[in-house]
Amino acid sequence: MDNTRKEWLLNALLAGALFAVPLWAWLANEPFIITLATRIAILAIAAVGLNIALGLGGMVSFGHALYLGIGGYVAGIAAHHAFNGTPVLGLPGTNQMLPIWAIAMLLSGTLAGIVGALSLRTSGIFFIMITLAFAQMGFFFTLSWPAYGGEDGLPIFLRNQFPGLNTARPWEFFLLAYGVLMLTLAAFALIRAARFGAALMAIRHNPDRAAAIGISPFGIKLVGFILSGMITGLAGALMADLTRFVSPAMMAWTMSGELIVIIILGGVGRLFGPVAGAAILVGFEVFFGGLTEHWKLWLGLVLLAVVLFARGGLIGLIAGRGQHG
Amino acid sequence: MADPVLDLRGLSKSFGALKATDDVSLSLRAGEIHALIGPNGAGKSTLMALVSGKTRPDAGSVWLQGQDITPLSTPQRARAGLGRSFQVSSLIPDYSALRNVMLAVQARQGHSYRFLRPVMRDAGLREEARSYLERVGLAPRASVEAAVLSHGERRLLEIALALALRPKCFLFDEPMAGLGASGTADLIPFLRALKADAPILLVEHDMDAVFQLADRISVLVTGRIIASGNAAEIRGNAQVRAVYLGEDA
Repeated sequence: MDNTRKEWLLNALLAGALFAVPLWAWLANEPFIITLATRIAILAIAAVGLNIALGLGGMVSFGHALYLGIGGYVAGIAAHHAFNGTPVLGLPGTNQMLPIWAIAMLLSGTLAGIVGALSLRTSGIFFIMITLAFAQMGFFFTLSWPAYGGEDGLPIFLRNQFPGLNTARPWEFFLLAYGVLMLTLAAFALIRAARFGAALMAIRHNPDRAAAIGISPFGIKLVGFILSGMITGLAGALMADLTRFVSPAMMAWTMSGELIVIIILGGVGRLFGPVAGAAILVGFEVFFGGLTEHWKLWLGLVLLAVVLFARGGLIGLIAGRGQHG
Repeated sequence: MADPVLDLRGLSKSFGALKATDDVSLSLRAGEIHALIGPNGAGKSTLMALVSGKTRPDAGSVWLQGQDITPLSTPQRARAGLGRSFQVSSLIPDYSALRNVMLAVQARQGHSYRFLRPVMRDAGLREEARSYLERVGLAPRASVEAAVLSHGERRLLEIALALALRPKCFLFDEPMAGLGASGTADLIPFLRALKADAPILLVEHDMDAVFQLADRISVLVTGRIIASGNAAEIRGNAQVRAVYLGEDA
């Protein structure tokens, strides 16, 4: 069986399992499992976003928690004002997910554009540090913003709504997150296979060569970075609705690190790498977190093993190197 | 006589106290192969970097078909019609030979901001890319990853990439390097035919190939052009024999 077919089978298996397990939990009335699956789906969406920048474009952003946090705060602030019936910036609050998502993506995309424009002139460790610095600025800004809870965070009393669904029910909210994940994955696959993806990957492999055939690296990378931030921002809005709470911790550098860890565990640049990685991370948190509070030590060892012996992550381990045609 | 296709006018570049390029003027006319030779450290790489736009000159200018392209970046120069090949084959190793060339076709068309249509189903892109592979004789190896191709095949793929840009002039940086005698013998008639498409500025170490191919030869030593002329003139030039060919023998 060739690697491409293996990867598609593995992808189908992952997509099927992420659907079947919560389906079983719903039938067996185990809402906690459904919530775990929802968390995996939402983390995976955030990591799909980062996978565009990191996996396709080779841009190691150590500040993607910034966009996750922006999405989270958009959901939180909109719900807060809708609940209190007060306006925000002259607009009414809303408890509808669709406009919340649109604003979250717009804002995180804009900010990614600014951060990208300022940081994409650098590379390597400097790029990592600048993206981290911007995320830390966001972190400390929300920390010192008393109007929306400051360091205590902002609760969302009622989960925001989606037409035709009762999002308060774990199963229906899971379906929503799962649907968004599938759409996001489809978008990633399209981008990767299209001319834009070809240009972005060429720049990652060999910027000088790309320039010599007439591809300007800066513009392509900037657009990739913006798309990446937008998807992670969307995940942030969903994440806030899952926990019904948003706090500066969503923008903490450890969150940025977690997203990178997810991608490395799953497989950098692989379509279902974020899904596999998020499942491993959440799985570790639940199973080893129940046994010992030092579960991150074991996660660290696994990460070390992946980096040393399985550079392609879980997907690479099973399906081999990626095929590009 | 018509304007030269590529015209370097008084290019200078220093790195600290080192004058890597010292007032170099050189032209490339339609239909010719102009070879640039010189011993190691003569400044050939710096000059190539100045022409391709990787390095900015301290003084002087680069003209392409009567247009001053000195202020342009490397990608802009490529789109303006400068088809460069690299001394060290530097392709996208994970991509097949075909996809590498497709990328060059896509870049030439200037349509890299397309997000929906899969490139592998873009028949126009594929067929055009395949035609360049056919021209360099790599069509049977189209689906092989660049990383797996032999050294000689990668050199040919470099040339196919340059072809795909349909440039106004070619800039070939040691295309014969490491090809071996038979590879070089195959490439010579190919380049001789190619100069009808667009003139070639050829930087090459292989003296036999240069003397067979070049319509004009310029000799670069310590950043300066010390002689310029046809093969017979360069062979007969005492200064060239002393500093360059003498060493070689």
